[in-house]
Amino acid sequence: MNAIEHNGAEAPAATEAVDGAAPGANANRAKLDIRHLDFYYGKNHVLHDINLKIPERQVMAFIGPSGCGKSTLLRTFNRIYSLYPNQRAEGEIWMDGENILGRDVDINLLRAKVGMVFQKPAPFPMSIFDNIAFGIRLYERLPKAEMEERVVSALKRAALWDEVKDMLGKSGAALSGGQQQRLCIARAIAVKPEVILLDEPTSALDPISTAHIEELVMELAADYTIVIVTHNMQQAARMSSRTAFMYLGEIIEEGETDQIFTAPRKEKTQDYITGRFG
Amino acid sequence: MTESHIIKAFDRDLAELDEKIVKMGKLAEKTLDGALRALRKRDPELAGAIILRDREIDQLDMEIEDRAISLIALRQPMANDLRSVIAALKIASDLERIGDLAKNIARRVITLADSKPPKPLKKGLKRMGKQVIGQLHDILEAYRTRDAQKALEVRERDEDIDEAYNALFRELLTYMMEDPRTIGLCTHLLFGARNLERIGDHITNIAENIVYLATGERLEQARPKSDATAGMMPPPAVEDTPDGGNGE
Repeated sequence: MNAIEHNGAEAPAATEAVDGAAPGANANRAKLDIRHLDFYYGKNHVLHDINLKIPERQVMAFIGPSGCGKSTLLRTFNRIYSLYPNQRAEGEIWMDGENILGRDVDINLLRAKVGMVFQKPAPFPMSIFDNIAFGIRLYERLPKAEMEERVVSALKRAALWDEVKDMLGKSGAALSGGQQQRLCIARAIAVKPEVILLDEPTSALDPISTAHIEELVMELAADYTIVIVTHNMQQAARMSSRTAFMYLGEIIEEGETDQIFTAPRKEKTQDYITGRFG
Repeated sequence: MTESHIIKAFDRDLAELDEKIVKMGKLAEKTLDGALRALRKRDPELAGAIILRDREIDQLDMEIEDRAISLIALRQPMANDLRSVIAALKIASDLERIGDLAKNIARRVITLADSKPPKPLKKGLKRMGKQVIGQLHDILEAYRTRDAQKALEVRERDEDIDEAYNALFRELLTYMMEDPRTIGLCTHLLFGARNLERIGDHITNIAENIVYLATGERLEQARPKSDATAGMMPPPAVEDTPDGGNGE
């Protein structure tokens, strides 16, 4: 089943709901449909036959011990791994009727559609305004007024506007860690993505900044499909509608967050989330 | 509990909570047993001792609540740990109510010390008491062994208690109609039976919590419920005969 048939494989029906999702408002269609995904670091086979649907406009959390492959999986969604030699993915990841692992996919467009925020906030060494405008300029040429509007709206959407509106010309590095992370989220939002990937977005932040980011992410879920990797289980429980538990490169269990944290079906999941591992 | 926690104190906290529930269960069982014995023997002294023992149960209930709250605050239990803590809280409050109801039976023993209940009534109440004690014993065993199947069986058997209560209710009504002088006594016995029936309901609550604790599944609300006394009335006297007797 691992044969990659970019042209032959059928795109999943766009309306297909995520398995096990409650009918009604919760039955979001799958924004990302991962099929038989394997991943290799050189000869190291680190993801094994991953099959997973990620619901549109919800927060999905990946949890699992270090090295289980959750960040690797996240990094296949915008093919950021392809920046590194010897890393390759096999299988299919369908997004809106297109296999994003396909050879003819425009990677720059893909990365505009699938934004990413990393563990350590990394603002560019430029003004707050330019931090956001920079990304937009990569994809679009906008008149000044429109550009300003886009920057302001991204900052507002990232709940940072009130704190920075009088210092847009100052360096992004002058902001606090939590503010920097929101700046990075604003930067990701500014290019109008459809999916936002968050890789441990709050692990370098204090609890108050963490709460701001969590609140923001949950708000953004109304408009974006969000996938978050986190070591903080309470955070996964608080923020996500669905959770996938990964171990040794496999998805052990995936389901509604509520179920995963109160009555997991797999013993391994239970051992991990209750702190009995090892 | 499958494996032990990485943080060992977490295991100790959970084990302690568990021990307290088991202890509280034993105490509730003893209290109920004592209350029923006092009732059988019409022993107000024993009844008095039982009433005092209820304080210990209340004390344990408070301790369990405190432990559970700090466990939630400090350890953020998840999955089966979370279910253990929640089940402990709920089971403790059911046991506390069982203690109260047993105490209430003991109180009536003191009131009834000098009256002689008719034999068949005593028998009916004794039988019902035995059933309830047996149920309480089994449900505590099911808790200790985390046995959902056993808990379900206990829950099913609550129907028998409800039926015994219906029968006793009917019997007591008949006695009161036959001889209004027994109304005082019969009312107390009726409340005693009612207390036993309520204890049965708390036992089914505990059963449901054990199932949740062991499996993570919530039982549907519907459960065997056969208390039919709400619809019972003495048959209206057809005709008042001059001597006050009630027809044929």
